[in-house]
Amino acid sequence: MAILIDEKTRVIVQGITGREGSFHTAQMMEYGTHIVAGVTPGKGGRDIHGVPVYDSVKRALAEHDANCSIIFVPAPFAGDAIMEAVHNGIELVVCITEGIPVHDMLRTYRYVKQNDATLIGPNCPGIISPEKSKVGIMPAYIFRNGNVGIVSRSGTLTYQIVDELTRRDIGQSTCVGIGGDPITGTGFIEMLEMFENDDETDAVVLIGEIGGTEEEKAAEYIRKEMSKPVVAFIAGITAPPEKRMGHAGAIIQKGKGDAKSKIEALKKAGIEVGKTPSEVGKLVKSLM
Amino acid sequence: MKLHEFEAKKIFRNEGIPVPEGKVVYSSREGVKYAKSTGKKLVAKAQVKVGGRGKAGGILFPENEEEVGDAVHRLLNMEIKGEKVEAVLLEERIEIDRELYLGFTVDRETRTIVCIGSSMGGVDIERVAEEHPDRISRISIDPFIGLQDFALRDLFFDIGLSGQTLSKAVSIAKRLYRIFVKYDSELCEINPLVLTSDGNLVAADAVLNMDDNAIYRHLEFERIEDSLEFRARKAGLSYVELDGDIGIIGNGAGLVMATLDLVHFEGGKPANFCDVGGGARSDRIKTALELILSKNVRAILINIFGGITRCDEVANGILEAFSQLEIDTSKIPIVVRLAGTNREEGMQILSSMDLIIVDTMESAAKKVVEVARG
Repeated sequence: MAILIDEKTRVIVQGITGREGSFHTAQMMEYGTHIVAGVTPGKGGRDIHGVPVYDSVKRALAEHDANCSIIFVPAPFAGDAIMEAVHNGIELVVCITEGIPVHDMLRTYRYVKQNDATLIGPNCPGIISPEKSKVGIMPAYIFRNGNVGIVSRSGTLTYQIVDELTRRDIGQSTCVGIGGDPITGTGFIEMLEMFENDDETDAVVLIGEIGGTEEEKAAEYIRKEMSKPVVAFIAGITAPPEKRMGHAGAIIQKGKGDAKSKIEALKKAGIEVGKTPSEVGKLVKSLM
Repeated sequence: MKLHEFEAKKIFRNEGIPVPEGKVVYSSREGVKYAKSTGKKLVAKAQVKVGGRGKAGGILFPENEEEVGDAVHRLLNMEIKGEKVEAVLLEERIEIDRELYLGFTVDRETRTIVCIGSSMGGVDIERVAEEHPDRISRISIDPFIGLQDFALRDLFFDIGLSGQTLSKAVSIAKRLYRIFVKYDSELCEINPLVLTSDGNLVAADAVLNMDDNAIYRHLEFERIEDSLEFRARKAGLSYVELDGDIGIIGNGAGLVMATLDLVHFEGGKPANFCDVGGGARSDRIKTALELILSKNVRAILINIFGGITRCDEVANGILEAFSQLEIDTSKIPIVVRLAGTNREEGMQILSSMDLIIVDTMESAAKKVVEVARG
């Protein structure tokens, strides 16, 4: 079953004519993802890798049936693009764009919630359900179909940990990058809940980092609500306070959001925390 | 981006929030001149962006014109928590009856804007929240409905205001919210908001932190900085200085942080790091190496997990940097670990160079600490 996306997912690409949008459209199609249309305002009528391009989501959906959108639109226009997808009834929106102003995201988040849509990201690598569908930018060949779900705030660190799993013959049901921004559409808890209810997922890896209190809240949720085992990794245990460590959301502010308190909260909830990516691989292997 | 107090106060004044009369000065001569022209008792405040300025001796209370000159001189020669004082704000002293707190911030947990008020101003609001939660009141704001008067009245009633003072506080809070939104703020606060002995409310301090991602909408504030962080940002990289002796280059924030952690576990200390991001092409790798080498590093670790970033492009960047920057690897050894997209091609390119190539992140961290020790 996997979560969020599978063979049946039908995708439009917003920002399809840009460098990244066009490149990853080809990559996703090669993986087998059903890309039904692309959208770039002012560039309707062309096609990209055989995918028809429209001026608006509304026009694209008048001709094609889709239930998911992936967004590569530049940061100043990305909030608007998310709302356009949601306004036209798209249920799942994946936003890859990095650098969206936080005030834009506050409004966008509210709009997404009011319309009962799901937003993954922004500033994320997207979603992959291995051997079924990829709505994202991750290097597909490191993934294998299997029974471990992954939820992460980071991109390349996720690839590193997936690689550790795949090399140990542990496949993945679905990998979700929820994004490295302070305001993301979806948090750890919603993803954990989906994995808990997914019959193809037997265990979950949670990859967090400094900043905010999402990991602490996730720990509490796992302790109370989850029957499946969870292994965690937290990046930034040696990060100094008040420095933004690459991600907009990765900052220890006024004594809040450091890795140590996250690790403590997870351990207190009975969750094993790997000290290094390869230790995460070993811990998951020991569960199998 | 953080604005200086005097910059924030200028905005506050323009938006109708009462602030003390004052002037920013850059020399003691200028200070004395201002003191003479106003004739009022003044306070001299060092303009730095770090917190805890008062405790660090950054606020002085000169009694006469001569002392104003001395105070400005002393402050301009100060460094507060590593930040050099380059300007001093001279302001008329205000008669304090009570100190309050008022602020707006983005709350990550609820994903909303919150307005926070407290009857305990002049101290760190986080400390008040921990030690005296009953002295704080907060409201969450729906961005589509905006900030309503009734919600503000409730907030100020909660922290003990009434009558005229409450009306004035509501008016100030509405203006502060307007500033918060207009300037794409992450944090906008008045601490303390002073109730003067003659019944007025005055913003004695002003904090306005803007969202770096929204600077393109406020180019008037973009500073041309002579910092490496600034140069990196312009090149699409993210560079951070730390205080050790090992330089780290990686792609992706999470992977870089995990790499820093591993180096620490092995007993090493990173000097700086550069996140080259996704899809980093060779010119970016070159700039990254230049930035890393601007500090006195004893060794460099390059850790790349290729996704959109291709290992062969990274390798070409290293090759290019080597031919142009004259890096002497007998003095500064470089440990490289490549994984993911086009790893083999990348390794092929690197094979002609004098680099230490390793297979895993863990061994890379171990090796770089070893060679940094010499």
